[in-house]
Amino acid sequence: MNILTSLKSSFQKGGALHEAIDTTLYSPADVTTGKTHVRDAINHKRVMSVIMLALLPSILMALWNSGFQQNLTLNQMLAAGQIDSLPGLSDSTSLAANLLTGFGLVFPIWLVAIIVQAVWVTIFAVFRQRSIGSGVLVTATLITLLMPPAVPLWQVALATSFGVVIGRELFGGTGMNFLNPALVAWAFMTLAYPASVSGEAVWTAVDGYSGATPLAMALGDGVSSLAPMGITWMSAFLGTIPGTLGETSTLACLFGAAILLISGLASWRVIVSIPLGVVILSSLLCAFNPDAMSPAWHLVLGGLAFGTVFLATDHSASAVTPKGQWIYGLLIGALIVLVRVFNPTMPESVGVILLFGSVCAPLIDRFIVNAHIKKRKKRHV
Amino acid sequence: MAHYLTIFINSVFIDNIALTFFLGMCTFIAVSKKVKTALMLGIAVVVVEVITVPVNNLLYVYLLKKGALAWAGLPNLDLSFLGLICYIAVIAAMVQILEMALDKYVPALYNALGIFLPLITVNCAILGASLFMVERDYNLAESTVYGTGVGVGFALAICLLAGIREKLTYSDVPKGLRGVGITFIIVGLMAISFRAFSGLQF
Repeated sequence: MNILTSLKSSFQKGGALHEAIDTTLYSPADVTTGKTHVRDAINHKRVMSVIMLALLPSILMALWNSGFQQNLTLNQMLAAGQIDSLPGLSDSTSLAANLLTGFGLVFPIWLVAIIVQAVWVTIFAVFRQRSIGSGVLVTATLITLLMPPAVPLWQVALATSFGVVIGRELFGGTGMNFLNPALVAWAFMTLAYPASVSGEAVWTAVDGYSGATPLAMALGDGVSSLAPMGITWMSAFLGTIPGTLGETSTLACLFGAAILLISGLASWRVIVSIPLGVVILSSLLCAFNPDAMSPAWHLVLGGLAFGTVFLATDHSASAVTPKGQWIYGLLIGALIVLVRVFNPTMPESVGVILLFGSVCAPLIDRFIVNAHIKKRKKRHV
Repeated sequence: MAHYLTIFINSVFIDNIALTFFLGMCTFIAVSKKVKTALMLGIAVVVVEVITVPVNNLLYVYLLKKGALAWAGLPNLDLSFLGLICYIAVIAAMVQILEMALDKYVPALYNALGIFLPLITVNCAILGASLFMVERDYNLAESTVYGTGVGVGFALAICLLAGIREKLTYSDVPKGLRGVGITFIIVGLMAISFRAFSGLQF
């Protein structure tokens, strides 16, 4: 009882939890008073709402594609005589069946990510007497979209805990971190449970079926090995290929990019410079070795589009100066190609390269700002 | 040439002395509050590594290795058990000489480096580089390149850490973790990001 009594203040006006519950669905009528605040319509909650809107095409695509991949595999296995009958909802040509199957795969992951995260955020808010940040929904969705369809849920829970606590809450919550918590969670998965997020068995949620991602196949045996699997450039662009939940569809990510750019939430320099870095380096490699993967394929395979649009543009994890953003983006783009081509142990490099970019970002910014200060000093002796 | 480039890239990115071997942590954590001082320390480490690793290589090849004293008529003598003492003595002597030389000829740089030069004497990243050199059987040219690579890698890592710590000045870290505690966590997260390079093959 004493614990409950001591937590009472958190639920009263001014407490950490009161505000979170009070503002979940609608904005209270409180307005800023005094002279020192920036008065603007866009607040942190609205920023996150727009990002959720931008993520919507990718979410829908994740629902449909994960169901489609599973149903396609089941139908192929039936035709090959590996299974006797199809379970319900496994007509791969039906939109509703694919969406519903996909919902059954994606929703549990999302629910686990959001509950675990809400628990941690609440613990930190209550014990540190801070308000709850609004990044919970977006981070949970990003973590979900970074996972393959057949990931064990307890691992999602552990990864989410690591990402949220070590990657964000220990630094003081949303906006005070230097790495994207969703990427930290993903990096935790690749280090602690590599079998669950890489390899061949996880991309389709069917027991006993294994198949590599198109990126791994293209890097291993050349792009020509994709054609027998029925994968064309267009299907990779639209996203009807196996992969992690959110990364497959470049088209959906482009819709998201459009929303983020129109609303001004993402830096166009970052979104342009990463693909530019990829195109420059992969064209150079193609010039020396005609068999190398072409820039067009680099752009649509793997997590490049998703990482560029939703992860690299994270405000607290990317460079903030305009010139710095160009350097940050080009560095990330070039490194992605470099690691994809020269690192056979790690076909999917986007996530960890984005982390490296975030680690470099503060130093890049500092050098840009200092160079600017020096230039101004010279001009006004 | 490609061989030397591989050694260099290996020691800067793939086997970064601070972020994959976690050597030299005391200076790495202590002197990374400001980018400016971190850069100075980085330069000092590069200079000392470039000098001491090749010198220790000569010492090992011509004095300590089994059969190295054949020129003195002692072909069976193996003095490699003295390695650790000799290397640290060489490092201390080199730092001392460097300090005096800088004091005499470049006082500006000497004043800027200040306490960092003597600190380097006991930096395990420096001794570690010499020991790795012995373990991997590098020759004189290879150990020069390796020494440069290790120094540059350490300088890069400490500057990156200092950049992040400067950025996080305004973060709201829990009381018990402020300072060294959160720095250890940052270093761990940086090490995760450097995993991007492990396994690179050219």
